[in-house]
Amino acid sequence: MKLLTHNMLSCHIKGVRSGYPFLIEVVKVSEHEADFDTDFLKHIFPRINWPAFLQGAEAMGCREGLPEAPNESALEDEQFQKAFHHALLEVTLEEGSLICPETGRKFPVSKGIPNMLLNEDEC
Amino acid sequence: MGKGERPEHMAPPDIFYNADEARKYTTNSRMIAIQSSLTERALELLALPQDGIPRLLLDLGCGSGLSGETLSEAGHMWLGVDISEAMLDVAVEREIEGDLVLGDLGHGLPLRPGAFDGAISISAVQWLCNADRTGHDPRKRMKRFFETLYMSLRRGARAVLQIYPENPQQAEMLVAAAMKVGFSGGLVVDYPHSTRAKKYFLVLMVGTSAATPQAKGLDGSEPEDEEEEAQVKVAGRDRHKRRKTAGGGSGSGTKGREWILKKKEQMRKKGYDIAADSKYTGRKRKRLV
Repeated sequence: MKLLTHNMLSCHIKGVRSGYPFLIEVVKVSEHEADFDTDFLKHIFPRINWPAFLQGAEAMGCREGLPEAPNESALEDEQFQKAFHHALLEVTLEEGSLICPETGRKFPVSKGIPNMLLNEDEC
Repeated sequence: MGKGERPEHMAPPDIFYNADEARKYTTNSRMIAIQSSLTERALELLALPQDGIPRLLLDLGCGSGLSGETLSEAGHMWLGVDISEAMLDVAVEREIEGDLVLGDLGHGLPLRPGAFDGAISISAVQWLCNADRTGHDPRKRMKRFFETLYMSLRRGARAVLQIYPENPQQAEMLVAAAMKVGFSGGLVVDYPHSTRAKKYFLVLMVGTSAATPQAKGLDGSEPEDEEEEAQVKVAGRDRHKRRKTAGGGSGSGTKGREWILKKKEQMRKKGYDIAADSKYTGRKRKRLV
């Protein structure tokens, strides 16, 4: 699971109101190279919830180089682009869990895949 | 998958698509070609701006990543959701580029509002029409799926869901469930005159009043002999209400020839294979009893 995905995931247990963002429990993280595309970075940046992104990056160990509150002009800076790209797309949670901030329910992550299947009483 | 039986009648999807089936499915060259062509058509119907900017898409029922690969080839980023661990394992093996989530579409999508630029689904959503387990309420699951899908898309985005409906009622059920949560759009049936090539796409739109796109092969042409398409004609949204006549029995004359002809035309418009009208249509039959 990349941080791009983490930024979009929200807890869908019935009745949960503040199930975003998931807390990340890391057991194993890996890094893979991803195509560097500034068009995509610029396209997705406005949609990224930055505090959630920072929280995730902190947990996954790639917080370095990411500013606290970047504005649109930061996107023109190559340093920022590289740090953003790296944290968003090149660091993957292989093993661990996603924890719902409201209920504490853990969704296991295995082989990079979060298991979001709900129990009968949760849907 | 023998004897031409529908997979949904054999087992729930997470059991049907076990490790063996997942491998068979993914290495079948015919399946690869079909999935690829369906995904390309879905992308076309998604009508994303052709500006070279990669979008963030959902692949619902992504399976082993056959459709996702086509999305990557088109330059997009995507998140795939599937209920079969075995299928997802194959996707991981094949090193597909999208992120994957193990999930049940009937549980709703675990996504925050307006997160995605579009969604596709290839040959998956009809699984929602059946109760795979005791305690499953297909209608409730379908509602949960469509309402969370609707929320997860940004304004102006589309969801294109290619389905294999078992019968017209299933297609109707899905269209109705989608409309109910706020989607506009409808069913696009490509090659409606060909039993072999006929394909159903649910084209759903968020927050626009654009017309449903035109289907392919309406003139009877097959996929092979397709010539260059003319500009897209505006096709209105098909919403024929099923008229219920009270006590319409056979041979009683309450449903006359005129009604039958009208009904057949309605079904033709929906894209189903209907026999041609002739002098025998709706004629009085001899009572045998």
